[in-house]
Amino acid sequence: MLHFVLNDRELKTTTNPATTLLDFIRYDANLRGTKIGCREGDCGACTVLLGSVENGEIRYENCTSCLTPLANAHGRHVVTIEGLNMSELNKAQEAMVSCSGTQCGFCTPGFVVSLCGYTLNPDTSLSRTAKDAVDGNICRCTGYKSIERAAGQLQEDLDNLGEAITLDALIDKKFIPAYFREIPHLLDQIESEVFIHRGKQPVGGGTDLYVQKQDEMPFMEVVFPFKYQNGTRIWKEGSRCHMAPLCTASDMMKAPFLKESIPNWYEYMKLVSSNPIRNTGTVAGNLVNASPIGDLTAILLALNAEITLKDTADRERSIPLNSFYLDYKKLSKTPEELITRTSFEIPGPGKFNFEKVCKRKYLDIASVNAAALLEENEGVIIRASFSVGGVSPIPLYLRKTSEYVQGRELSESTIMEAAEILQSEISPISDARGSADYKRLLATQLFKAHFLNMFPSQIKMSELI
Amino acid sequence: MINIDAKNHVRGTSIYLDDIQEIHGTLFAQPFCAPVAHAKINHVNLDSALEMEGVVAVFTHSDIPGANQIGGIVPDEPLFAEDEIHFWGQPIGLIVGTSEQICRLARKKIEIDFSELPVVTDPREAANNGSLIVPPRTFNTGNVENAWDQCEHIFSGRVEVNGQEHLYIEGQGAYAWPKEDDSIYIASSTQGPTAVQRTAAAVLGLPMHKVEVNVQRLGGGFGGKEDQATAWAVMAALASKTLQKPVKISLHRMDDMMMTGKRHPYSSDYRIGLSKDLKILVYEVTHYQNAGAAADLSPAVLERTLFHSTNAYFVPNVRATAYSCRTNLPPNTAFRGFGGPQGKFIIESAIARAASALKVPADRIQKRNLLSEGDVMPYGQKMTQALAKETWEQCAHEFELEKIREEIIEFNATNERHKKGLAVQPICFGISFTNTMMNHARALVHVYTDGSVVVSTGAVEMGQGVNTKLLQVTAESFGISTDRVKLESTNTLRIANTSPTAASAGADLNGKALQIACDRILSRLQKAAAEKLNANEIELVNEKVVADGIISDMNWEQLIGLAFSKRISLSEHAHYATPTIHFDKKREKGHPFAYHVYGTAIITAVVDCLKGTYEIDRVMLVHDCGQSMNLPVDNGQIEGGLVQGIGWLTLEELLYDERGKLLSNALSTYKIPDIYSVPREIAIRHFETEGHELAIKKSKAVGEPPLMYGLGAYFAIRNAVTAFNPEADFEINAPYTPEKVLKDLYKKGGGQEKEAVHEAKQTELF
Repeated sequence: MLHFVLNDRELKTTTNPATTLLDFIRYDANLRGTKIGCREGDCGACTVLLGSVENGEIRYENCTSCLTPLANAHGRHVVTIEGLNMSELNKAQEAMVSCSGTQCGFCTPGFVVSLCGYTLNPDTSLSRTAKDAVDGNICRCTGYKSIERAAGQLQEDLDNLGEAITLDALIDKKFIPAYFREIPHLLDQIESEVFIHRGKQPVGGGTDLYVQKQDEMPFMEVVFPFKYQNGTRIWKEGSRCHMAPLCTASDMMKAPFLKESIPNWYEYMKLVSSNPIRNTGTVAGNLVNASPIGDLTAILLALNAEITLKDTADRERSIPLNSFYLDYKKLSKTPEELITRTSFEIPGPGKFNFEKVCKRKYLDIASVNAAALLEENEGVIIRASFSVGGVSPIPLYLRKTSEYVQGRELSESTIMEAAEILQSEISPISDARGSADYKRLLATQLFKAHFLNMFPSQIKMSELI
Repeated sequence: MINIDAKNHVRGTSIYLDDIQEIHGTLFAQPFCAPVAHAKINHVNLDSALEMEGVVAVFTHSDIPGANQIGGIVPDEPLFAEDEIHFWGQPIGLIVGTSEQICRLARKKIEIDFSELPVVTDPREAANNGSLIVPPRTFNTGNVENAWDQCEHIFSGRVEVNGQEHLYIEGQGAYAWPKEDDSIYIASSTQGPTAVQRTAAAVLGLPMHKVEVNVQRLGGGFGGKEDQATAWAVMAALASKTLQKPVKISLHRMDDMMMTGKRHPYSSDYRIGLSKDLKILVYEVTHYQNAGAAADLSPAVLERTLFHSTNAYFVPNVRATAYSCRTNLPPNTAFRGFGGPQGKFIIESAIARAASALKVPADRIQKRNLLSEGDVMPYGQKMTQALAKETWEQCAHEFELEKIREEIIEFNATNERHKKGLAVQPICFGISFTNTMMNHARALVHVYTDGSVVVSTGAVEMGQGVNTKLLQVTAESFGISTDRVKLESTNTLRIANTSPTAASAGADLNGKALQIACDRILSRLQKAAAEKLNANEIELVNEKVVADGIISDMNWEQLIGLAFSKRISLSEHAHYATPTIHFDKKREKGHPFAYHVYGTAIITAVVDCLKGTYEIDRVMLVHDCGQSMNLPVDNGQIEGGLVQGIGWLTLEELLYDERGKLLSNALSTYKIPDIYSVPREIAIRHFETEGHELAIKKSKAVGEPPLMYGLGAYFAIRNAVTAFNPEADFEINAPYTPEKVLKDLYKKGGGQEKEAVHEAKQTELF
């Protein structure tokens, strides 16, 4: 039996845990403010908040309820637009109204939910603003400028609260309804153990499964193999970063030690889908999904990550990620094996670069993505590993290119020669993300971009054309 | 005044089609469709689907009691395919069951046996085969043949401009339930309630008075629900009428994208002739419109392309011809601008290529040729209150065009990796349905005895704010608080024979009808008050009766009580038809538009010349709203239209494969602008002008025109690419995706290629 809090009510249900949270909200709970826009996490009309108690504090994240299995609501606080309404408008609603941030209104509840989620957890450490909170929300009417102004007004309201953004202050100043005060207490009463071992299909975040098998998932016998772990999904041990199975892209993005050693970390991770998807999708799921164009896959390949697999008999083995991908969606893994650990050596500052080009810069799947780990010493590249996505049946570790570059002089001619080798390693096909020709050209351009970005004083663009 | 729906929208309490509380016993339906673009149907096997638990019925063409026909302009589109399939995604039938999920699983069990036929997706190929929707049309003015001799420069070439998916966030849907006496109620997410009513009546074999269509609001329309909302409403009605149960259809996004038509792709040939001082002397253009598999609204869209083939320019000699080509794509349809944007894009492309070849900024040619007061357009209308030059001048002056140009030259000279580009985009857009007979509307006003007022018109609210404007018209007419007025849903029992809410004309047509209705009630109220107060002149101001200039003791509520006690009607139904407009299709001349909307935008873009990515940096524009009656609403239309136009020409790329299958079939493969991809800055200035009498309260129509500022985004990027790769000549093929930009940045070779031919030397030889 699933047990959670929906808005201001505690709730128990025997509904199939594989049902989407969206369908549960609209049809079982009959709350119609959460809209259906695309059912693939790309529009944000169905955005809700999920609150969990972590280290004694309640934290809220937005998610697209269309890609969230009901099971993942267990033990948490689900907040829909109805759960943010008060007798008067809340601050986010007020800002959206006064700035004319709504026209047809269909996307609007999603925007309001994302904005309210931001007021609950502004994450100032990430230099995020209210505008960044709606990166997963699409509007076809306004052209966004009015929404940008509304986000600006809300940010100002929030800044006016001063240093202490407490739940009480948010309630007093009408950012959120008063019942939020009771939620941590309600969540404490819920037995947090989830035990759903019914079927064969394991689900982590579900952000791709629910896109690919939209019609089938609600009827499937699924298993949620991992217990939701509070707070400890990513950690540093010595110089290595370790990730637990349910570590999400957001967990990875927010890890302070990664931001410290990779100055552009936040900007790179912002290129990976959107807030609500990053909050839901797991790193391990991304790796197992084996999409040739996965962003996290490309990043972790270049970082020489290692994965640990465990089968049902608890037998464990660890392998380098770059030996995990055999052919298109074919993995070096038995069906019983699950990824229980992902880890990599944390690079020092200035040694990692990530590039991604798509039609739309954010919330899009890349035409080509590419990552590089490079270390230079006195004009010589002493360490090089490159990965590239979207140009091969598998997420590609550029073995030959990496080997060629390592030990050579850092120069334009090395880059141009290595680019030739790169071209021999890739085999792009034409599809909706671009023609094969384009992807070939782009793969080389992004390869050059690594060097131009990492060694701006040593490498000249004019020498690379 | 802020949009009256805003407070409900932000609370999630506005009710859209899919939010209507289901009546007990409601069944759900999903269409099943053609898995191929052109084929003969041999057999459809429904057995396994029908055997599934929860499946109630499957409807196909043989279950239709009336006509299997939904074509609006041309009767060439069946509701369900019979013997032949003409596009991938063409509905073949409808599965009805106890849940949407069951219908979708059952759909996978339907077997369609077919024999494939050749697929045509290219409009030129269709035209060569003689496969046209309607005969071609040509607009002519001056003497094109003779004009070429007077030209110093002649350029010709080809331009491709792709279509655009509407991507209203609320997908298509309908909910129908049976009423007594064979009647039916249809809740529809449509811009055209009467089209739904008329078509449902014909398909069900009922008189129109037995079909009630109600529209509360749309979660976005943009033209995509003008004609294409009809099929789903009719299907729901068919199932509901037959089964005598409520039946609801909500299309899933991928079905919606696959089954519905879009903005028309165009392939066009142009030839443009300029004098030595850059005056456009002659322009000849042939448009091949990709209409898709059925007429839908294509002939009307084609017409507006011809009307707007010369945009905001005066060209003395013009020949514009347009072919509406039947292909095996879904029937393309209305989309904000309705063919006008394509017509404008072609002449802007011709000017851009002439400018590249002559090494002058395109805006020099554009500015030289802006139309003036009294100019006669190729379709015969003499332009009055023309503001093409005026908005250009204000825009160039206020936003310092020359300074921007210099800054960009400086930036490009000092930056290796990034280049900037600048474009100026003037617009001139005609307001009225080009089909004169559609330019009329009705309004119904009831004043209740407590002084509250309810208004119904034929206008459909889809976010454009028409209801807000209509509420303002009502409150201002009666001199009462806006709180007293409620705008009701659009319902065919209350307002009959409506034109769709389209052509930017919703507020003008329905607002004018509403004014008439209010004025009639007002004059009866004034008469009653005059008698009671023994006064000559009565005015209503701030809810008070003002008698001969003096505020009386009588307020609005008392006045209504008085009128009712005197048995005076407090209701009115009024009709308005736009005066002055006419058009003779035989001569292709007339006065089709009530008025025109003008404006000019400056757009700058910056391109990363290593990666081919770009950003639209700034858009600064001067727009002619007339006397805006609601700036927040009008500015919302300007910003939203502009961004939709930019999206069309930059990142929104429709892709069909050679078999006619849509590849960009989801939000993951078809990208519309997100909050980060819109211009960093949009600055709007309103041109100060008196407005036009035929615009509601002199506040001009604003829905479509601003979309066309977005054309400038294409040319701003193009100019940035040219700054990096000045020698190459680039084909014009919109949208300008990062792929095309990167390829152009690294395109080899110089001089003129076959696509753009500078014919000046040839003409000199003759």
